[in-house]
Amino acid sequence: MEALPANETRVLPGPEAIAAKIPDGALVALPPDYSTPAMAVVRALVRRRARGLRLLGVPVLGMAADLLVGAGCVAEVESSAVSLGEAGMAPRFVEAVERGAVRMRDSTCPMVHSALQAAEKGVPFMPLGGVLGSDLLARREDWKTIADPFSGAPLVVAQAIVPEVALFHARWADRAGNVWVGRRRELATMAHAARACFVTVEELREDSMLEDEILAPGVISSVYVSAVAPAPRGAWPLGVPGLYGVDDMHLAYYAEAARTPAGFARYLEEFVLAAVPA
Amino acid sequence: MSWAPAELLACTIARLVAGAAHVAVGAASPVPAAGCLLARAHEGARPRISLLHRRSGNPFSEGSRELFDLAGQGRIDVFFLGGAEIDGEANVNLVSAGGRRFPGSYGSAFMVFAARRTILFREEHTRRVLVPRVEFVSAPGWSPPGVPRRGGPQALLTGRALFLWQPERRRFRLQSVHPGHSAEEVREHTGFDYDAPERVPHTPEPGERELALLRGPVAREMARDYPAFARRLWGTAAP
Repeated sequence: MEALPANETRVLPGPEAIAAKIPDGALVALPPDYSTPAMAVVRALVRRRARGLRLLGVPVLGMAADLLVGAGCVAEVESSAVSLGEAGMAPRFVEAVERGAVRMRDSTCPMVHSALQAAEKGVPFMPLGGVLGSDLLARREDWKTIADPFSGAPLVVAQAIVPEVALFHARWADRAGNVWVGRRRELATMAHAARACFVTVEELREDSMLEDEILAPGVISSVYVSAVAPAPRGAWPLGVPGLYGVDDMHLAYYAEAARTPAGFARYLEEFVLAAVPA
Repeated sequence: MSWAPAELLACTIARLVAGAAHVAVGAASPVPAAGCLLARAHEGARPRISLLHRRSGNPFSEGSRELFDLAGQGRIDVFFLGGAEIDGEANVNLVSAGGRRFPGSYGSAFMVFAARRTILFREEHTRRVLVPRVEFVSAPGWSPPGVPRRGGPQALLTGRALFLWQPERRRFRLQSVHPGHSAEEVREHTGFDYDAPERVPHTPEPGERELALLRGPVAREMARDYPAFARRLWGTAAP
């Protein structure tokens, strides 16, 4: 695994090359379906038969996680929720958790953000209001209740989470490896917290985005980015805001197919295993 | 004037959120969204409505943590929560029950503390959902003294009835049953005990003005963010 400091961003040829960089057993932070998951890499991970991955939903997961779980790539999921949204439950995830094939570490959205923000700042833990009295707390050895050192009131803290890999798709990278994510700031938090960050992009730009005062506030500096690779329509069947929308018909098709192991296997044959990456 | 059950629920939500300055509506919540839009159509400017689900024009620009950060500061008055199970102490379970796995707790364990009022909304009103005790507490309905907590449940609205939460008694009180339903039927289909007046009134039916607002400006706005719902209920398409 790449070391954390002074990343020299590499430009890789495509999704397969990124999937080859993600080792079996890695803790991989993934964004929600609405925040541009690197679906082309997810499919490449299935093709390379990745095993034992531990997924972290920032803060929730959807189709990317369901595909990886269904294909047997995942040992553990930590997330505040896993669902296909309007297309319904995440069928492979539900089946795997009910069967005990995948270990679920339940979380709550702001706690995922807090634990990653602790890692971002290089501090051991971060407090969060609320959560006291929730059964989530009893199941998490990395969450503790402490006395607020100022008021004495009980307060929940979460240990920092340092993902080995942050993986997502974005609209642009420039040749220096700066990545534009716009308002999807959870992608920046993931990149800052993780030891390595891999990004597929719609388009590689020849200009420097940090020279552009309009683009720069939406940019993740290349210091956090291990490698980028071009992958046009790399979020499909999910969307890239402002560029292309979610393929709702495909999501509904997947939700129906994945209800049974046989249907899921046919889906993999048709859209994952047979497909040569663009 | 005839009305659809979802219109009655939206009107009830509009009354519950009256007076709020800022309401946030989460994913897959078309009825709460319609209720909030109706409240705003009534009152003119208030409340500010943050629809978290919008695919374009999302209200936030700091990513998904911004909702929780501003809720933690006290900038959210009303939030909505569903539940695979809800019990008589207003505990909500979104994780698992009877060996079945549900999607997960989302932000509930935090939001019921941080938002001033949480409206529990679940159309299915059965003993399967409204249970004596939830199997897993995603979000606790109340907290013992000494636990910092800004807010809590306000009400539980189902397809059959409206309950108001009584924080001092830590129990629900049946406020009204929807037209076409009865207090006996509600008791029969509710798995937890609750207080009720001797004569339980009916939930007020939607009035002409409310229906006109719902089917006009609210329907047009809903068509953008909840197209399937708007088409089914009002036959409206996005402009």
